[in-house]
Formats: sequence, structure tokens, C-alpha cells
Amino acid sequence: MSDLLLPLLLALPLAGALLLLVAPPHLGERLAARFGTVVATATFAVSVWAASASPGTDVQWVPSLGLRFHLGVDGISAPLVLLTAGLTALCIAYLLRVRPEAGNLRALVGLLLLLEVGLLGTFVALDLLLFFVFFEVVLVPMWFVIAQWGDDSVPGGRRRAANLFILYTLLGSVVMLLGMLLVGTQAGTFDMVELAARQGADMSRSVQVVAFLVLGLGFAVKTPMWPLHSWLPDAHTAAPTVGSVLLAGVLLKMGTYGFVRIALPIVPEGAEVVAPYLGALAVVGIVYGSLACLAQRDIKRLVAFSSIGHMGFVLLGISTLTPVGVNGALYANIAHGLITGLLFFLVGAIKDRHHTASLDLLGGGLYERMPRLGALLAFAAVASLGLPGLAGFWGEMLVLLGAFDPAPGLPRGYYLLLMALGGLGIVLTTTYFVMLLRRVAQGTSFQAWRDAVLLRDAGRHELLVWAPVVVLVVALGLWPGWLLEASDPVVRMLLGGAS
Amino acid sequence: MSAVQSIDYLAIAAPLVVALVALAVLVLDSFLPPRRRHVSGWLAVAGLVAASGSLVPLVGERRATFCVPGDGVVLPACSYAVDDLTLAFQALVLAGAVVVVLLSLDTVRDSAIPAGEYFFLLLASVSGALALAASRDLLTLVVSLEVVSLPAFALVGLRRHDSRSSEAALKLFLVSVVSTAVMLFGLSLVYGVTGQVHLDRIATALDDPSLREPVLVLGVTLALAGFGFKVAAVPFHFWAPDTYEGAPVPVAAYLSVVSKAAGFVGLALLLTRGFAPYADVWAPAVAVVAAVTMTVGNLAALRQRHAVRLLAWSSVAQSGYMLVPLGAATVGDVDAVLPALIAYVVAYGVMNLGAFSVVTLVGRHRAANRIEDYRALGRTEPLSAFALAFSLACLAGLPPGLLGLFAKVVVFKAPIDNGAGWLVAVMAVNVVIGLYYYLAWAATMYARPAEEARPPAYRISWSDGLAIGITLGAALLLSVVPDTILRFD
Repeated sequence: MSDLLLPLLLALPLAGALLLLVAPPHLGERLAARFGTVVATATFAVSVWAASASPGTDVQWVPSLGLRFHLGVDGISAPLVLLTAGLTALCIAYLLRVRPEAGNLRALVGLLLLLEVGLLGTFVALDLLLFFVFFEVVLVPMWFVIAQWGDDSVPGGRRRAANLFILYTLLGSVVMLLGMLLVGTQAGTFDMVELAARQGADMSRSVQVVAFLVLGLGFAVKTPMWPLHSWLPDAHTAAPTVGSVLLAGVLLKMGTYGFVRIALPIVPEGAEVVAPYLGALAVVGIVYGSLACLAQRDIKRLVAFSSIGHMGFVLLGISTLTPVGVNGALYANIAHGLITGLLFFLVGAIKDRHHTASLDLLGGGLYERMPRLGALLAFAAVASLGLPGLAGFWGEMLVLLGAFDPAPGLPRGYYLLLMALGGLGIVLTTTYFVMLLRRVAQGTSFQAWRDAVLLRDAGRHELLVWAPVVVLVVALGLWPGWLLEASDPVVRMLLGGAS
Repeated sequence: MSAVQSIDYLAIAAPLVVALVALAVLVLDSFLPPRRRHVSGWLAVAGLVAASGSLVPLVGERRATFCVPGDGVVLPACSYAVDDLTLAFQALVLAGAVVVVLLSLDTVRDSAIPAGEYFFLLLASVSGALALAASRDLLTLVVSLEVVSLPAFALVGLRRHDSRSSEAALKLFLVSVVSTAVMLFGLSLVYGVTGQVHLDRIATALDDPSLREPVLVLGVTLALAGFGFKVAAVPFHFWAPDTYEGAPVPVAAYLSVVSKAAGFVGLALLLTRGFAPYADVWAPAVAVVAAVTMTVGNLAALRQRHAVRLLAWSSVAQSGYMLVPLGAATVGDVDAVLPALIAYVVAYGVMNLGAFSVVTLVGRHRAANRIEDYRALGRTEPLSAFALAFSLACLAGLPPGLLGLFAKVVVFKAPIDNGAGWLVAVMAVNVVIGLYYYLAWAATMYARPAEEARPPAYRISWSDGLAIGITLGAALLLSVVPDTILRFD
């Protein structure tokens, strides 16, 4: 049975997606969201089962390429699998009541399920080429989600934002494929477990450096790392709410997960050479993302830029090459997925109600107008800036701790500087979130908003959808050991230490 | 030495059957009443299926015929041989031809093209392509190549009252004649120096380092020209967009898949069997041509608004990808690149025919056949739209088009194994450019209709439906079990 668990995890949303996409239009429209919710919830149930049973599957698929259908779940992929399945289920449940403004619902739900297949597959794949295939599966559905259901609030419109997203990430992933083929031809296998166990034993230093660079380029675009981030703000801003939630909540994690799962263990010497540069770019991303946030006039765009800063922390943690830093990175990964997912839900709700996301047009007074939405926004904002006791704190603290004491081969003084700059980033993050709350939530409402009859506070359905995320953000803040105990042994193994 | 050779009729059955059926179609057509003209089309399908059947007993065998014995100095050599490479291409050519004939049935009826002549020419050209895949000497190679090309000129120009059709035919003819002349000049140089026409004998002769003369290098390079035209590689690609656009759409499909596959098998045979010792000369040249071809093709395709022209430029770009394995060949291990080439050509054949099938269908209802005519096709014709979208995804090499993705992976592998990093980088950028126009087209089909009036659903004749079904089925199947086409070696 445990052989079939992971294929089932992928087959369930795939079957749901295909059914929705081929169903005759008049039939599917009304039931789509309900059907999708059932499928996504079932998928989530399977993912919980899979995460606890840690099953594996390994069958031949394309022998002539050496591609095996090799799947598995362990301590670092299980949290991401749960995050993916959970957020997708919540997103589709959100669509039960909150319809996109235009376009048909059936296709949107179908595409979200298809997206889920790609995301889950990426996190459970244990074969490089299979990882690549799933990595690519995500692109087309997400392109359609942005291009068809997005809005034209970004320069050039949603179509341009969608194109920028797909062309950028495709370039990254094609380059990543080259890295994988390079590793595969040098090592003679694409099996990630075996390659990780070898720790790059049969690759020369120069091959490892090249492989890390090209693999890393693909992951860095997805993450995104400064200066490869320019697709992100437009894509996040233009995407519909559910699209932004999944984009920020899960899609970005494919990049950082790739670093930890593939780049670090398979080409460790390459990682050692490139890590200081990666750390530098990560810190630039942290500071740049925060400064950019201070200058934003669009609330959705602000949250998008905040992702660049947070993902910078994740990259900094990875670049320390220590168990502490990498554990912190993975923790920050999950925390960011939950918190930014929530933030995008909230700003999406604000935008849908006011039909604008401009800070100037929104004005203040959210607490007064919509106390529940305002309170949740405040909660998500303080979680995001890393308030102790909430999920955002532990990851970034561990990352800075990792930078304080980086892996032996890395320059310590340099990492201390990176740590200090990262700390500055936390200060800036606090600044912009406090500023955001000050401008949007506090103060009094514009007369126009007071007169608008239809501006309702968050309803029961929305609160139900958001509640699990809020609970998890608190829980992960109070009991960090829960995740760290799962990830730590795997991280130590991937980094080549004793497990 | 006996003057009478024994002929292995089973080995040559495929081209022979097709050639005989071609004659039968031509003769039969004169006796058919006008209402029954479609019979010749179905006869052509039957002939092609029979020829495919004749390939079955040959699977896994190596047969050769039309041989000359060795005399102690030179080895025995054969002009016609059937092996895995030959069979793969012959199967592709036959399957592709079946789809083209199916697509042609309605076209022939609607545009008042003489059915007998049309199917005769088509089958004649197919028999040339089949023979080309099996030819192992320069003369058979050149003659087969011309048998592929000559009927094609007439096919393109067969719509007699259409000036674009005539112009297309003339363009094809002129480019073809020039490139053939250049190729013949090159081959005559090779023959002049080596004194051999059989490919394996030429390879043996070229292996002699003392023979390495500039004139041979020139000969090898010029010989590439003829095939460069056939596969529409830059700078011999100029005919492709105009010819595809001017020709009946099924003929464009034929040119872009069957005739191109023939070009590739000829090129592969000439280079890997005949000129193998000169891989260090031709491989870099082919690599450069590949890089330029894919880049030019993709950049030009970006700007196309006409469906057939877009496919024409895209097939130029795809030729570039298909040349990559040959460009990555190294002396001493030339055959190693063949599996990648076969895999990509077969995959390309399936996905491009899939696209052309739907384009033919839409072209019957919207003569202009602009990309804009596909707007909202997903609403009125969900299945056809899906078939086209899937083919485009395959051409782009992105999931769900796993067939194209695996084909690209295989092609990427060849130069990585042999250290041609720059070629890989060029191809990576090109894959991204290519995605843009394939995706834009696919997106048009699922966009909202321009005006609220629901465009009428098409009536799909069952020959068209069969063609779309065959190609879509093959593409889906090969996406799931790609090993079928990847494991040639």
C-alpha cells in the first residue's frame, strides 16, 4: 500500500483537474468549486497520511534516459507537501464563496489542481529528471491563472506579467536542466538519493562549480534571488488572490527546496565555492526587498516585494552550509509560505472589496471599517516581521545564528557582516510593516468608503478559510521543535555529516 | 562475378509497394467517374498501410541487397540496407504519409485538385523517401532525394488557378535545383578523390590520413548543402514559409514532416556512415548551422500572424534542434548521436503533424488561417483545440507535452556529453523564445471570443477526425511511454 500512496497523492488532483477541464461547460460551472474542494481536501488527507507514513515508490519510467519514477517523503519534503496540499485546499475552498471577477470558475479550479500536481511532484521527486518534469508542470497552469484571471493593474497588463513569469522561469529551468544533465552524465545516475550519498565524490571541483552555478541559476530565478527577481512583483500583483497565495506560498519554495535537496548535497564542493556569493546576493535581496517595500504605493505589490526580502533570509541560511542555517532556512520557508499566503489572502480581500490596492486610494481606517480584517492584517504583518512567539521569528533567527558561525571552509568575518546586514533587513521589515499598518489600518476612513454600503467585514466563510493558517502561525511560533526535529536529521545527512 | 543479382524483395518491399500503388492510383483514376474520385485516396491509404505491414518482418533484422562483392582490396558493399535506423524512418514516413493522405481527402475534393495526379505524386515522393532511408551509396542517395523532391514541386503547384501556389512551386523548384547542383558538385569531388560511391567504402577511404586534402573538406561541406535545403536549414530555408503558405495545407504538412524526415535520414546516413572520419570537419559546421537555424527560425516565428507561416518558421527552428545531435558528433563515436536524432525527428513528426491536422481543419473554414481565427476555438471545438494545444505544448517542450520535453532532453544530452557547451546555451535560449509564440497561440484558443456571437462549430469529416485522432493519440501515448522512440541505438 505504501508504494501507492505517493502516486495516489499525485493522481488524485490530476484526475480532478482532468475531469474539470474536460467537463462540458454548462455542467461544471456550478459544482466546480465544491468538487474541487472535495478533491483538494482528499489530497490533503492523503498528504497527511503520506507525511506520517513516509512511503516510497521507485519504478522504471524511461530507461533509455535513466529516468525513474522515484518518489519519497522525508523530514524536509513532508512540511512542504503538507503546506502545498493545505494551501491549495484552502484556496479552492476560498473560491466556494469568493468568485473571481471574470472568467470561468471551472477552469480556474482545474488549473489550481493541476498546479498542485506539479508542486507536490516537485517536492516528492527523488530523480533529477523527474524533479525537472514536475518543476515544469507548474508553469503552464500558473501562466493561465495569471493571464486569464489576473487584473490589469500592473504596467503592461496581466498578459505581460504572465509572460514575464513564464519566460523568466523557463529560462531558469532550462539552464537547470543543463546542470542536471551535466551531473547525470558525470555521475552516471539521476537518482537523488544516491547522488546525495556520494556527496559529489566522482565529480571534479570545476565540474561541481559549474554544476552548482547552472543548477543554482534555475533555483535562484524561482526563489527569486536578487537580481533575478524582476518577474515577481508584476506576477504577484496581477495574479488573482488564489494565484498570489499559491505563488508566494508554495511556488517560490520550489527554488529554495531545490537548493537544499539538490544543489547542496550533490555538488558540495561547488556549493562551498559559490556560497559566499550566494550569501552576498541574499543579503542584497533582503535589504533591497525591504527598501523597495518602503517605496510601494500598492498594497499587493508591497507584500510581493516583502517576499523578496524574506526569501533572501532563506537563501542566506542556505549559504551558511551549516545545519543551523539550513534548518533555519527551511523553517523560514514554511513560515513565509503560511504568513505570506495569509497576507495575500488578506490584501486580496481588501482589494476585492475596494476595487483598488493603491495605498493612497485606500486611505486609513481599516480597524474602524472592518475590524476583523484589520486585526488579521495586523496579525499577519507582525508575524511577517518576525515577532517572537509567531512562526516568522524562528526561521530568521536561526538563519542569523547560522551566519554567525558558518561552515568551516567559509570566511567567518564576511558572514558576520552578512549577518549584520540581515539584522538591518529585519529593522527595515519592521519599519515598512508598521508603516503599512499605520497608513491602512489606523486613522479614519475616507468618506467614500464610509458611504459604500457593500463594504463588509470578513465573513464567516473567509474566517474559516484563514483560521487554519492563523492557528499554524501561532503553533509554529510556540513549538518550533515540531518542524526542526523532522528536518534536522535529513539536513545533517544532506550536508554530509553523521545523521 | 554474376551479372544477375539476386534481389531481396522483402527488404525493398516498402518503397516497391508504394511505387506500384502510385501507378495503380494514376491509372485507376482515369477510369473513375468524378463522383468516385475519393476512391483513389483510400487506395493510397491502403497502399501505405500495406507497405507498413511489409516492415514488420524486418524488425530486428539487418538485411542488405544490391550488393557488389569485394575483390580482396575493397570490402563488399551494398547499395540498399535495412537496419534499425532505416526502419525507424520508414515507419515515420509511412505513418506521416497516411495522415497527410487523410488530410488531403477533403482538400482534394474542395479545391478541385485532380485526385489521381495528386495521390500519384504524393505516393511517388513517399517511395523516394522510403528508398532514401535505406540507400547506402551516393547515387541511390541522390536519386532517392530527387524522387522525393520532384513530385513535391508539382504537388505544391497543383492548385492551377492560384497564383500563390505557382509562385510557391517555382520558389521551391529554384532553391532545390541550386542546392542539388551544389551538393552534386561536392559529391563529385568526394568521388573524384576516393573513387568510391558506397558509403562504407568512402568511410574506409577517408580514414586514410594521407588522403586528407582540402578538396575533400570542400566536397564534404558542399554535400551538406543539398540536405540543408531539404531540411530547411538556414541559409537554405527561404523557400519554406512562402512554399508552405502557397501550397495546400496537407502538402505543407508533407513537406514539413515526411520530406524533412527524408532529408534528415539522408543527412545522417551521409555524415555518419560515409563521412564519419571527417566528423571533426562537418560537426562544427553543422553545429553552427544548427545554432543559426534555430535562432533565425524562432525569431522570425515570433512575428508571424498566419498559422501556416508560423508553423513554417517553427519547423525551421525545429530543424535547428534536430541538427544539434549531428553537430555534437565526434570522430570515432559518430553513431552515438543517432538515437537522439531519430528520437527528435520522430517526436517532431508526431507533434508537427498534430498541429498541421488541426490547422488544415481550421483552414477549411477560415481560408485566411490567421492566428486570430483560432480565438475561442476551445469553446466551440474543445477536442480539436486540445489536440492543437497539446501539439504546441509538445513543440515547445513543456508539460503537458512530455513527448517534446523528453525529445529536448535527449537532444540536450548529446552536446553535454561531448562538451559543446555553447551550442547548449544557444538552444536553451531558443527553447525560451519558442515557448513564447507557441504559448501565445495556445492561449488564443482559450481566450474569450472577440464578439459575443458564438462562432459556429465545425463539421468535422471523419477523415479529418481520424487524422487528428491518430496524431493526438500518438502524441499522448508517446508522452507516457517515450521509451518507444528513445531506445534506438
